[in-house]
Amino acid sequence: MEILHPPARGADRVLRLATMRSEPVVQVQALVKRYGTKTAVDGLDLTAQAGVTAVLGPNGAGKTTTVETCEGYRKPDSGTVRVLGLDPVRQARELHPRIGVMLQSGGVYSGARADEMLRHVAKLHADPLDVDELIERLGLGGCGRTTYRRLSGGQQQRLALAMAVVGRPELVFLDEPTAGLDPQARRATWDLVRDLRTDGVSVILTTHHMDEAEQLADDVTIIDAGRVIAHGSPEELCRGGAENTLRFSGRPGLDVGSLLKALPADCTAVELTPGSYRVGGKVDPQLLATVTSWCAQHGVMPDRISVERHTLEDVFLELTGKELRS
Amino acid sequence: MSVGTYTPRPGAAPLPRMIAAQAALETKLLLRNGEQLLLTVVIPTLLLVLFSAVDIVDTGAGKSVDFLTPGILALAVMSTAFTGQAIATGFERRYGVLKRLASSPLPRWGLMTAKTASVLVTEVLQIILLTAIAFALGWSPHGNPAAVLLLLVLGTAAFSGLGLLMAGTLKAEATLAAANLVFLLLLVGGGVIVPMDKFPQGAQDVLDLLPISALSDGLRDVLQHGAGMPWDDLGILAVWAVVGLAAAGRFFRWE
Repeated sequence: MEILHPPARGADRVLRLATMRSEPVVQVQALVKRYGTKTAVDGLDLTAQAGVTAVLGPNGAGKTTTVETCEGYRKPDSGTVRVLGLDPVRQARELHPRIGVMLQSGGVYSGARADEMLRHVAKLHADPLDVDELIERLGLGGCGRTTYRRLSGGQQQRLALAMAVVGRPELVFLDEPTAGLDPQARRATWDLVRDLRTDGVSVILTTHHMDEAEQLADDVTIIDAGRVIAHGSPEELCRGGAENTLRFSGRPGLDVGSLLKALPADCTAVELTPGSYRVGGKVDPQLLATVTSWCAQHGVMPDRISVERHTLEDVFLELTGKELRS
Repeated sequence: MSVGTYTPRPGAAPLPRMIAAQAALETKLLLRNGEQLLLTVVIPTLLLVLFSAVDIVDTGAGKSVDFLTPGILALAVMSTAFTGQAIATGFERRYGVLKRLASSPLPRWGLMTAKTASVLVTEVLQIILLTAIAFALGWSPHGNPAAVLLLLVLGTAAFSGLGLLMAGTLKAEATLAAANLVFLLLLVGGGVIVPMDKFPQGAQDVLDLLPISALSDGLRDVLQHGAGMPWDDLGILAVWAVVGLAAAGRFFRWE
């Protein structure tokens, strides 16, 4: 009995995970959306499971169009979109109480105060969060009687975020939630996203900040020019395909040529500045061993040896050859 | 799974509660807005008091307050249902309020119902204030209250349709300018304070077809002259209401 009990619970968990897996929170298939002659989204596929999904891409990549199609604002020209299993346009009445939406900007009466607007959105939901706690949590208490149009950009952003979560949704869409925020406010937003995830709320967020996606997302979809160009967990994306770099320091003027001979054929080795060396190529345990044994043979103590993981930024550059923020 | 602060518990509030909350918020914002109050309260009140006290325009036989009050009531309806609603809705559209609310549990028709309720509440407040002032100035109304109510309701529908059509199709700044201009033109040319017979016959024939003229003329027929149902004016208002609301429904863009 004692032995059987844990596996049974484990099996139960596997089963629950399997059910979650079988029904993605968002499923977009072959989505096409045009504005006049411009194709904003060009055959995009996106599957988001429970958890945090980041949609990453430069300005004009089609992030907002994709998300707004999921929210029911836009009708696809072709393709299908299902959010929590529902058609966002035809089943909007059913869907809207279950999602929370943070628009990229605006969404609040210019003459309304922050707490007034938040309380109003709360009233549209059956079982909202405690508004005062949420105001406290997001540092909106200082807004007082100031109307929306006179709030700072950061306060406006945080109010929009609060409006997206106040109705206790299952799924939250955040369109560039930290654009223009100062570091503290950005941190507060990240913490809230993490808490949402912990409490079982799924989040779809668009961003062009690589670190945001790396910090928060279980899954990242990189889009460019209306198409998906890469998809996976941040770790998978940073590992897959990308060549890494090994750096170490030693005494200046080591014989880089002999190191190069010891390395596999497609590797590079250079002394960047006197005493600072860089090895490029597929950095795996074998390569690391080769470098350290070469150092041992030459009586070199490699100081500050480091393997640099590629960032999503590097991945993006490799995939598109473009700066992300362009 | 343990229950956390944000554990999902989604659901829409009951529809009547959502609509009531929406109407209450919009009314509160309107009553707090200085420019809106100027249009809906200050201007009608000033005109009523000023033109009753000072003989600026020849208002025909009888007390001038008896001529003016029906016109001012028509102006009050226009200021709220048309001018005020057009400007407010135009800016709500511009600032993404309509867009944000469209993804809330409140359905679009619920939002429009709330807007109408907010307009009606504001009109009731205006009418209470203006009739109180009119009575203080010696107003003696006649006629059938049902006819007055019908005129006010149809007038509200006609002006709402036109206001929403403007707000839903033009840019917010264009709506602001146009709504104020129309307010001014109809104030002068719609029988509000200037009797229609001051205009040449040809102009009168056209001006009589305006919703403001139909409303002020109808209210005047009933309240000043004790007429029964002013069917011709009600007919004009009904046509404007149908055309305006249908066009607004067809062309209104939410963002």
